[in-house]
Amino acid sequence: MTFVGWLQIALTLALVVVCAVPLSRFIAGAYAGERNFLTPVLGPVERGFYRLAGVDPTREQDWFAYTIAMIVFSVAGFLSLYALQRLQGFLPLNPRGFDAVAPDLAFNTSSSFITNTNWQNYSGESTMSHLTQMLGLTVHNFLSAATGLAMAFALVRGFARSSAATVGNFWVDLTRVTLYILLPISVVGALVFVALGMPQTLAGAVDATTLEGAKQTISIGPIASQEIIKELGTNGGGFFNANSAHPFENPNAWTNLLEIWALLLIPTASVLAFGRIVREMRQGWAILAAMAVFLIVGIGVAYWSETAGNPILTSLGVDASAGNLEGKEIRNGQAMSVLFATATSGTSTGAVNAMHDSMTPLGGMVPMFNLLAGCIWPGGVGAGLYGFLVVAIIAVFVAGLMVGRTPEYLGKKIETREMKFAMLAVLIYPLSVLGFTGASALLKTALDSLGNNGPHGLSEILYLFASSNANNGSAFAGINGNTLWFNTTGGLAMLLGRFAYVVPVLAMAGSLAAKKKVPASAGTFPTDGPLFVGLLVGVIVILYLLQYFPALSLGPVVEHFLMLGGKTF
Amino acid sequence: MSKKAQPQGLFDRTIIAAAAVASVHKLDPRSLVKNPVIFVTEVVSVLVTLFFVRDLVARDGIASFTGQIAAWLWFTVLFANFAEAVAEGRGKAQADSLRRARTDAIARRYVDPKNLSGPVESVNALDLRFDDVVLVEAGQLIPGDGDVVEGVASVNESAITGESAPVIREAGGDRSAVTGGTTVLSDQIKVRITAAPGSTFLDRMIALVEGAERQKTPNELALSILLSGLTIIFLIVCVTLWPIAKYSGTVLSATVLIALLVCLIPTTIGGLLSAIGIAGMDRLIRFNVIATSGRAVEAAGDVDMLLLDKTGTITFGNRMATEFIPVPGVGTKELATAALASSLADETPEGRSIVALAKGDHGIPTPKFDPATTISAPFSAQTRISGVDLPGRSIRKGAVDSILRYLKTTLDKAPSEFRLAVDRVAMSGGTPLAVADKGMLLGVIHLKDVVKPGIKERFAALRAMGIRTVMVTGDNPVTAAAIASEAGVDDFLAEATPEDKLAYIRKEQSGRRLIAMCGDGTNDAPALAQADVGVAMQTGAQAAHEAGNMVDLDSNPTKLIEIVEIGKQLLMTRGSLTTFSIANDVAKYFAILPAMFLATYPALGALNVMRLASPQSAILSAVIFNALIIIALIPLALRGVAYRPVGAAALLRRNLLVYGVGGLVAPFIGIKAIDVVVAALHLA
Repeated sequence: MTFVGWLQIALTLALVVVCAVPLSRFIAGAYAGERNFLTPVLGPVERGFYRLAGVDPTREQDWFAYTIAMIVFSVAGFLSLYALQRLQGFLPLNPRGFDAVAPDLAFNTSSSFITNTNWQNYSGESTMSHLTQMLGLTVHNFLSAATGLAMAFALVRGFARSSAATVGNFWVDLTRVTLYILLPISVVGALVFVALGMPQTLAGAVDATTLEGAKQTISIGPIASQEIIKELGTNGGGFFNANSAHPFENPNAWTNLLEIWALLLIPTASVLAFGRIVREMRQGWAILAAMAVFLIVGIGVAYWSETAGNPILTSLGVDASAGNLEGKEIRNGQAMSVLFATATSGTSTGAVNAMHDSMTPLGGMVPMFNLLAGCIWPGGVGAGLYGFLVVAIIAVFVAGLMVGRTPEYLGKKIETREMKFAMLAVLIYPLSVLGFTGASALLKTALDSLGNNGPHGLSEILYLFASSNANNGSAFAGINGNTLWFNTTGGLAMLLGRFAYVVPVLAMAGSLAAKKKVPASAGTFPTDGPLFVGLLVGVIVILYLLQYFPALSLGPVVEHFLMLGGKTF
Repeated sequence: MSKKAQPQGLFDRTIIAAAAVASVHKLDPRSLVKNPVIFVTEVVSVLVTLFFVRDLVARDGIASFTGQIAAWLWFTVLFANFAEAVAEGRGKAQADSLRRARTDAIARRYVDPKNLSGPVESVNALDLRFDDVVLVEAGQLIPGDGDVVEGVASVNESAITGESAPVIREAGGDRSAVTGGTTVLSDQIKVRITAAPGSTFLDRMIALVEGAERQKTPNELALSILLSGLTIIFLIVCVTLWPIAKYSGTVLSATVLIALLVCLIPTTIGGLLSAIGIAGMDRLIRFNVIATSGRAVEAAGDVDMLLLDKTGTITFGNRMATEFIPVPGVGTKELATAALASSLADETPEGRSIVALAKGDHGIPTPKFDPATTISAPFSAQTRISGVDLPGRSIRKGAVDSILRYLKTTLDKAPSEFRLAVDRVAMSGGTPLAVADKGMLLGVIHLKDVVKPGIKERFAALRAMGIRTVMVTGDNPVTAAAIASEAGVDDFLAEATPEDKLAYIRKEQSGRRLIAMCGDGTNDAPALAQADVGVAMQTGAQAAHEAGNMVDLDSNPTKLIEIVEIGKQLLMTRGSLTTFSIANDVAKYFAILPAMFLATYPALGALNVMRLASPQSAILSAVIFNALIIIALIPLALRGVAYRPVGAAALLRRNLLVYGVGGLVAPFIGIKAIDVVVAALHLA
């Protein structure tokens, strides 16, 4: 660990917070449908969409109608994306003439992109036509992120409203988030990326002659436009298989910093927007502080573990001063690789600029724990906020009892219905992650995909399902996910992690919105101070540690102790 | 306040014995299924017992270990049942003493309930129906709950209240309600029956203290969902651990996995949850308050506002004379003497306090009147004044306007000093009484409502708990404001009619506040029903009993404050033990996980931070700890976590420290200690 390294980390995080504050005001405005400086230009477009779709923007939906709208929209997205992949051979903008994507892979990819996961069991540059990339994948990079934020809006309305029957209009939320938040930042961001040297073209590939005289085909394409929304929408699906480690996706230190900034920006800002909307900024800051504790401690552990390096290699005479450099780009450096890895897993982005598989056991456990917890510090666009609020509700429930009152959060009583929905939601995680991991551990066909055996192999499976379920999409490379088994189960894990989780959350939004706000008194414990932050951190650590301690023990933890004993996998 | 005879300490021998038997009866899966956590424990206990038999038959060396695990799993279930049985047993003991008061006595029923001078027939009390009218005479038991329709009697209600002093019950008004099982001491009354047999107050009380009508309260339900959810999560963890372990090269035995499961699922709070609820009701009963449902007790903990009647709760209820203010030309002594003379025959508390003030502070001797020439003029509703006629004198005292009317004058014709004195007394919240003699005003007596000592501090404590207090009084706003500020209440409702009370409660409830109030009159009934916690006084009207959701047998309105504390304590105990139970799991992992995988991964021995003797003793010790902690916490569950009125943040900090951090640390010490014993006895 170096001072300069920590300085890089601190400056990047500071830049995120500084930009998130004004953005949060903008998001809160879009939530409420207020006018902003883009309205003169985009207002007619917005209204045009509503007219086209026959949506009355003034008519709100109850939680059930909202959920149905979201599911109908997602199913339509899934089917169209599946069709696009299967038919790409007959469609234009396919300069390299790729064939149809295999059915299981197309299922996995469709699930992946509509759930904001962007897990890639394929190499984009050698599988997907430009049309599929742009019309399918990039479009869903926007829409899946917008869907996430829309669902968070619904839950926030649950807290902000009193005795309300409705939680908003899904179509309006979706349109506003896309038009006013994601598109403008993406347009500016893509131009900045192009200026910083990222390719943006419709050409398929260039042929180059290397110094040795060999012929090389170098893939290029509309990279900058996909890159910005890949980070901004916490998507993570790269144009290239190597993702942000590829020099075209991440040419230099500036793009590296901007990519980390972009993937943290909206999740951070939406937490602060939540504070604004419930008219208590401190509530937003308290949640952000709890998230920051996990993010920063994670960075610290990973940074320490990576720079400490591998004692086995050190004993073989490898210079230990740079730490563990396997799978990392020297140009990104330890600090910014570790920050990228922690941030990409703390959000549900899943873009990588270094290979998590090659990290030290404890270093790799940090992103893995982030995934197991569901990527909620600060989380995916929207998904982080609602995911964290669900955990906060459970923490509030236990703590609230301890002060001798029916627990309440932001003036809403947490009662049987809320607990039912919260528990239904959090059950999905162990069911899907541990269930699929356990099944895979028994199946030969699954184990054949592993690149390593022993604890590291287990980590690869656990990581795959944790990443799918948390809609992250980063991979512990080494495992071959493009098999019938993993395409199918991984796709199911993504769908469960998104939809089975969010339906109870939306039901909870409806239940909360219908409640009256209880005025706070000295008998209500404050949820905006350090005590609450500490409580949240404690409950989350215990809740997730208890669920995953056995699996982690047999994966990275034992691998760490074995590494200290001189054994690798 | 009379406390009912305390029938038992925390652990009475007979209750323990009965509970031990009951905990075996409670193994019936049909009743246990209501408690998912313990039900799961029972199911796996059966499984491990089967494994034990299998190991015995196979003469497997592991049989001793399997057998011990099975035994301790059964103990876990039994201990949880025992906790519930002890709590129920304490209620049963009280129910039994109540049951003795219930009789199947003979009732003397009017053949025609409309003709109360008609003939009477003898019927069994159990055959009484709604609207029957019975005659009860001195020495007889009242056969059922009802309203006195005719007559006055003194009644011994000690069977219900534990209070042996008789109370007066009379037809009409707010003292007409009588309870079955109580005894008429003198006179005779005619009682219209208002409850069918089996649903009388006494029957309901017995059912309540026995816990027969116990249903899960809303908050208990929400907590059960959390606990069930955690149980399902840990089931998933343990089931999936088998394939994951197999991949890692360890084939886990089902016994070991079950041991891990039982250690992880929240058996501690699961086992104590119903005991906590029953004990909460029980604490209330010990306090001589009967709640008609657990829901009401829980609501008491959530109360944001107390509506307290001024009289009897905040003030002593009797206005007392504190000052004599003469008009110019009249000495204080002269006024005091006249006031004393006018009050000698006045037996009201006000009259007695005037006598006391005149004699005590002013040293006026008791005057000697010749009975032949003294005509005392008692208080009458027409004149609203009282006094005495002596030869040549006619002393009168009374409300200012009444005296002025008696003198055939008006306030503006009275001396300005008199007007000033009246205003001053009224402004300070007191009541001015005017005194007149020989048609002349002498001065003003200052009657004051005296606030109970210590009440202000209690209200301050309530405020720290986040509870506002509102004083309800029939006084005018000026008087009310003065007393309100002296007593330190947050708000007051002056010149309050029952309708005002009801409207006030509705208004506050629409702002999502929970209101508690107490009342005794029939006219309080609507407000009692509307309030979230309505405490009816036992001495009060039947309508009030029916409308409230609690009955205070001591008829002490100040108890509302304790009721709130008991409600809070109930929720706190649940929350604290839940936190403790979950925090315990961390240490159990550190005991069991390294033990499970020591053979495959000796490196995981690094996690054996407690340095437990062997894998088997580690697992056994964790299971034993898990069972014993239930027993160890029964006293806390029954007594409840200490409540301090210090505000939510301070409470949370303290309980997090004690039950959260304590819950993390305690099992490390406990499991290690058990492991030392297990290893020393060569049990594993």
